[in-house]
Amino acid sequence: MNIYVLVKRTFDTEEKIVLDGGIIQEDGAEFIINPYDEYAIEEAIQIRDAQGGEVTVVTIGGEDVEKQLRTALAMGADKAVLINAEEDVEDLDQFSIAYILAEYLKDKKADLILGGNVAIDGGSGQVGPRVAELLGINYVTTITSLEIDGNIAKIVRDVEGDSEVIEATLPLLVTAQQGLNEPRYPSLPGIMKAKKKPLEELELDDLDIDEDDVEAKTETVEIFLPAQKEAGRVLQGELQDQVKELVQLLHSEAKVI
Amino acid sequence: MTKKVLVLGEVREGTLRNVSFEAIAAAKTIADGGEVIGVLIGDAVESLSAELIQYGADRIVTVEHPHLKQYTSDGFSQAFVAVTEAENPDAIVFGHTALGKDLSPKIASKLQSGLISDVTTIEGNGDDALFVRPIYSGKAFEKVKVKDDGIVFITVRPNNITPLEKDETRSGEVSSLSVDITNLRTVIKEVVRKAADGVDLSEAKVVVSGGRGVKSAEGFEPLQELAKLLGGAVGASRGACDADYCDYSLQIGQTGKVVTPDLYIACGISGAIQHLAGMSNSKIIVAINKDPEANIFKIADYGIVGDLFEVVPLLIEEFKNVVVQS
Ligand SMILES: Cc1cc2nc3c(=O)[nH]c(=O)nc-3n(C[C@H](O)[C@H](O)[C@H](O)COP(=O)(O)OP(=O)(O)OC[C@H]3O[C@@H](n4cnc5c(N)ncnc54)[C@H](O)[C@@H]3O)c2cc1C
Ligand SMILES: Cc1cc2nc3c(=O)[nH]c(=O)nc-3n(C[C@H](O)[C@H](O)[C@H](O)COP(=O)(O)OP(=O)(O)OC[C@H]3O[C@@H](n4cnc5c(N)ncnc54)[C@H](O)[C@@H]3O)c2cc1C
Repeated sequence: MNIYVLVKRTFDTEEKIVLDGGIIQEDGAEFIINPYDEYAIEEAIQIRDAQGGEVTVVTIGGEDVEKQLRTALAMGADKAVLINAEEDVEDLDQFSIAYILAEYLKDKKADLILGGNVAIDGGSGQVGPRVAELLGINYVTTITSLEIDGNIAKIVRDVEGDSEVIEATLPLLVTAQQGLNEPRYPSLPGIMKAKKKPLEELELDDLDIDEDDVEAKTETVEIFLPAQKEAGRVLQGELQDQVKELVQLLHSEAKVI
Repeated sequence: MTKKVLVLGEVREGTLRNVSFEAIAAAKTIADGGEVIGVLIGDAVESLSAELIQYGADRIVTVEHPHLKQYTSDGFSQAFVAVTEAENPDAIVFGHTALGKDLSPKIASKLQSGLISDVTTIEGNGDDALFVRPIYSGKAFEKVKVKDDGIVFITVRPNNITPLEKDETRSGEVSSLSVDITNLRTVIKEVVRKAADGVDLSEAKVVVSGGRGVKSAEGFEPLQELAKLLGGAVGASRGACDADYCDYSLQIGQTGKVVTPDLYIACGISGAIQHLAGMSNSKIIVAINKDPEANIFKIADYGIVGDLFEVVPLLIEEFKNVVVQS
């Protein structure tokens, strides 16, 4: 089984967002593998361990992403690919990212491609389905269970709390939802081995991609922080009276009931 | 310049979802006086046309086919792309729902267009429209525009854009487009309904949410009763999901659902940053927690320090009085 996993580096979920001159400050911030992509990596490793084959993790990003790729290798992925687009182009949107990933993947004969259902920073959830469409393969999003039997994938998909039981044939792209599995922590031997595993670095030129091909279709004109919510009132007095007062407030002051 | 806008009317169990009416309101802003066309896709959906028009669509195009009874990305994209080929729209609006999230990137890719997902506000109209959307799960927002006269394709987050007033006197043309739906690569064997009582978490006006303080699956029962009484849905923190008190599909936060109800009642939730990311843009937040120092009180409009197992039953009684009165 030839398996690829799309991995994105994101801010740690603990991080607060700080703007400086309208740009999100990254200095000193902790970075992690997008949590949904961790499920994708774990699932890929389990499938490979059961059925044989190879897991390659692929990311588009700058030099700094090497750390997250090494983590994926330490978890058990076999190979990593870093597509460094930063030198060539300034702004990439979901169209651009999907285009680059698809150009990389198009001659790889992947049986299965896994990604996260959404990146917790950009948050669009577009990249997986876009890549599948560009490759001309089928996809299933927000999966919570995956079983592969020969050429057939048996999948459970989360649809706003309901579960769809699905069958689809390979090649296939799936995106991971929470609940798919419990991602492992890299073991010490895993971390040692990861240092020697292949990490290939590519630029857009290596993929024969022209800057114009990946020009973003959308443009971010401003970033801002939401108005700080102020601490409201903690009610006082007997519990019974507090509850009465709360219902009154919701009814007459906040007008939400 | 005025624009021609297509809006996908999303059908769930035979009725149109509220987010579709919100999508029409968004489409009107983008159209800037141009035409808003509702698109209905399914096996028998024509009867829903009138309601979509009453909420502001100018006319309706339906695509009906037996293979469209259930949503599949292959089936629905063939149907929708056929409509875009017939109508040549300047803009497209979907709801940012499970269906909208699954389908919109495929269609954007087919149309080689950009896509602005999860829009919460639109500033300006027509060509000058800027689309506001959360990034970092609501810890920040960005304003995005479409470059170079490309197709304006957006999905709107439920509960954020106000639908237009329903106008039962409105009428409009309803036409059907016949499309051959073939080669569905996904087979849906079964749908297991787990979502409680039909009120969808992301569309609910009231969310009653429980955390580790709820202590057990049974502990969620009073929360369910309160949610039901208020016509809302039950949510949870990851703490509660990890402890198996409830299903992960209820999780709210940075790695769960993002909700923006009118009223969010957090019971036994400490208020970790990852949880706040999913709910802090709710209109009114009520916190019930026995620890007066809990972080959740920092963002709550109203707080009660106390044992949720005492407070929630009292709340139910009190709300019953109010609901009965009004
Ligand atoms: C304000 C702002 C400015 C930005 N500027 C730049 C920029 O200058 N250069 C730049 O490169 N990016 C930039 N980005 C990031 C970029 O626009 C998007 O984050 C990217 O298009 C992915 O979209 P998403 O985050 O919505 O991912 P989603 O579509 O939500 O991601 C879903 C899944 O797709 C896969 N995936 C997503 N992104 C990648 C990736 N990069 N590599 C591998 N797999 C991936 C992962 O499996 C992920 O879980 C910027 C983002 C923002 C918010
Ligand atoms: C990568 C990552 C992603 C994450 N994503 C999410 C996410 O999407 N959503 C999320 O919620 N969390 C997320 N978390 C977890 C988050 O950090 C917290 O651990 C979690 O939110 C805590 O849940 P909790 O508030 O229910 O539990 P706790 O922090 O244990 O709080 C329980 C609260 O209940 C109160 N309490 C106890 N008994 C009672 C009682 N009888 N009456 C009243 N109050 C009582 C206590 O005072 C306490 O404040 C994530 C963490 C990581 C690392």
